Amino acid sequence: MMQLLIQRLALGLLLLILVSILIFAGTMILPGDVAQQILGQSATPEALANLRAELGLNEPPLTRYFDWLGGILTGDLGTALTSGRSISEDIGRRLSNTLFLAFWAAVIAVPLAIFLGLLAVRYKDRWPDKLISAVTLTTISIPEFMIGYVLIYWISIQLGWFPSVAIINDGMSVWQKLDAIAVPVIVLTLVVLAHMMRMTRAAILNVMQSAYIETAELKGLGMLKIIRKHAFPNAIAPIVNVVMLNLAYLVVGVVVVEVVFAYPGMGQYLVDHVSKRDVPVVQACGLIFAAVYIGLNLIADLVSILTNPRLRHPK
Amino acid sequence: MNDELRYLSTRVTKGLMSRRDFIGRAAALGVTAAMANAMIASQVRADGPKKGGTLRMAAQGGSTTDSLDPALATNTVALQAARFWGEPLVELDDDGGITGKVAESFEGSDDATTWRFKLRQGIAFSNGQDVTAEDVVETLDRHAGEDTKSGALGLLRDIQDVRADGDTVEIILKSPNADLPYLMTDYHLMIQPGGGKDDPTAAIGTGPYIMKDVDMGVRFVAEKNPNYWGDLGNAETIEMLVLNDNTARVAALQSGQVDLIDRVPPRTAGLVARAPNITVHQTSGPGHYVFIMHCNTAPFDNNDLRLALKHAINRQEMVDKILFGYGSVGNDTPINASYPFYTEFEQREFDPEKAKFHFDKAGVDGPVLLRTSENSFPGAVDASALFQQSCQAAGIPLEIKREPNDGYWSEVWNVQPFCTSYWGGRPTQDQMFSTAYQSSADWNDTRFFNEQFDQLLVAARAELDQAKRTQMYADMGTLLRDEGGLICPMFNDFIEASSDRVAGFIEGVKGFSLMHNYAPMRMWVV
Repeated sequence: MMQLLIQRLALGLLLLILVSILIFAGTMILPGDVAQQILGQSATPEALANLRAELGLNEPPLTRYFDWLGGILTGDLGTALTSGRSISEDIGRRLSNTLFLAFWAAVIAVPLAIFLGLLAVRYKDRWPDKLISAVTLTTISIPEFMIGYVLIYWISIQLGWFPSVAIINDGMSVWQKLDAIAVPVIVLTLVVLAHMMRMTRAAILNVMQSAYIETAELKGLGMLKIIRKHAFPNAIAPIVNVVMLNLAYLVVGVVVVEVVFAYPGMGQYLVDHVSKRDVPVVQACGLIFAAVYIGLNLIADLVSILTNPRLRHPK
Repeated sequence: MNDELRYLSTRVTKGLMSRRDFIGRAAALGVTAAMANAMIASQVRADGPKKGGTLRMAAQGGSTTDSLDPALATNTVALQAARFWGEPLVELDDDGGITGKVAESFEGSDDATTWRFKLRQGIAFSNGQDVTAEDVVETLDRHAGEDTKSGALGLLRDIQDVRADGDTVEIILKSPNADLPYLMTDYHLMIQPGGGKDDPTAAIGTGPYIMKDVDMGVRFVAEKNPNYWGDLGNAETIEMLVLNDNTARVAALQSGQVDLIDRVPPRTAGLVARAPNITVHQTSGPGHYVFIMHCNTAPFDNNDLRLALKHAINRQEMVDKILFGYGSVGNDTPINASYPFYTEFEQREFDPEKAKFHFDKAGVDGPVLLRTSENSFPGAVDASALFQQSCQAAGIPLEIKREPNDGYWSEVWNVQPFCTSYWGGRPTQDQMFSTAYQSSADWNDTRFFNEQFDQLLVAARAELDQAKRTQMYADMGTLLRDEGGLICPMFNDFIEASSDRVAGFIEGVKGFSLMHNYAPMRMWVV
């Protein structure tokens, strides 16, 4: 098992390096150049030339790649070209905001999705199953910004329960922060619910076809007990997989929700720097997003291994 | 105003009666809700500014990549933030004239080549340091220096020397410029201690507020500067949120999270205004949306084609459908009534006959290619489609190529011969023309090379006789209109909105949006 673990980790690292090469190459072929984007429409040629020289845009790309990789390995992400601030510091703050939002969305969405999935299995093909599927599939089908606007209209403007702007800052207490992010948390929950719920339902239904479930039924066990004790443990692997995919989405894919609620997370930070061609920041964000994705998938793999005796004790 | 209504409106402003009740009573007296709102607003204004409280505003255009260095300010949020803590030598007044800030008064020599700015006595930067003439000299030097990245560099190119002389700063020009004080109002040129050379992002200046909390692209908090010399600044604290999404910004105002927003989308401004506690403010300004042709590139080097296209555009339709009425028609010059030496010309109308005549005379075969993108101005793609239709009526085949937003300003604008774009305008004709229409201009985006125009521009700059100057600008306008590469269908108004939690918005202030960005300081919390 140790060997399997190490294998997975090594694979993850290799993937990260490949991703770093891709990110670096990708940012090189974007149209336009940094100096023009920073100074905007009203840049004079002299100002442009001055800025280009200062930003070191005249160095060869290979040199810049290895300088960059070396910096990351020593924990230094460099400074942003546009503002001259430390990228590690800025990303630290933004990432913790993103994780804060993702955490609360996950805390609500994951248990709710699994519970609804179990409920749907219990009442398979009856009205609760159909209702749950219909509602969650509707919310996943509507674009998230649309759900955001609708909820802003009802919850923030008409009812006045929670604010429409989710800007949080260090001066706020945890309760104030939770109040601020309430609406985006609801939006994110609605967006990720269906995927996890459907997967839970499908995975458990799949297990329910097995002979040992029939045996349990014949022994006279209750439906919920069968699901809980016999079906669910065997369905964990696919469920964890889909949960991790959705967690990854909550961290790296919520740009649109961030924009709608003006939430100061990683997404807005990345987009601002992409549009200004601030290459070091874009690369750092890309790498962090890739690391989150690969990391969460790694965890999903490990959980599948740990919960599956056949993988845990290979012959 | 009827006595009873006046009595009622004072009760509202004193908090003795709700606005809803007031509107109800006013309606009973035959007054519409909009008029009732206006009555309360004027009553609030009559009560005079109130000090204290927190004014919360939301603005569009900020980005995490912004800097507090005024030299690098390129968007409205950065400009607004600079207005909180800093001040230029002089500033535009409400009518587009010049008023003193760091400089108390100024005078030019008779030939307009030497300008003397006398500094205001006894004012200090927010770090306690007194303002000296050397600080001003250093500030101008930082923006005009060899290795500067300042957006004001182009404005300062004609300056030969800047000298400190006691409490006076003397600016000596290479060539006469009657508009020099206007150049000094530029928002990049905030006077900083030591010119801001040591720490350009320190946000230390002589402004009415002091920056307390800055999170770029997210939130700015400014507190009243207790030692400010003037009477600007009513709210104790100003909190500015950056809300770039239109819907989010409007929703924040509607849900009461902010009291003042800029750039209400024209499409929804009418709906926003319907809410009883919200007032929409419409201010005409020098900003305009344009279609630009390179006068030196085939087929646009043919003036007949340019005239054909100028006659083939339906300006009123553009104002109605693209600006939803929040604007005015243009006349193929970048100048409108918001400029000091404005002369009205005969309005060029949509005339398919004339357009066809010029198009046939130009003898261009094949379709004319227009490039556009969604970010070249709001509604640019729709405006291009309207232009295509009106061209069709004149028998001109117009082909539209939609370009990506990304890289539009570096790959298409000022590169391709025919595209959509916008200009924010400048405070004076001289600045607008020398920025974009002089042969040697940095952003001659219509590739307009006209000797007569250039001569007039230089002559007008040195001309102190107002009447002669007005005539020169009128002549230049005619040249541009009849020979230039600019198709200017519309001037866009600034549309802003405030809630009844704040008061004091003054309509018709010249300059940039939000009362030349002084609204947060001049308005007050009711």
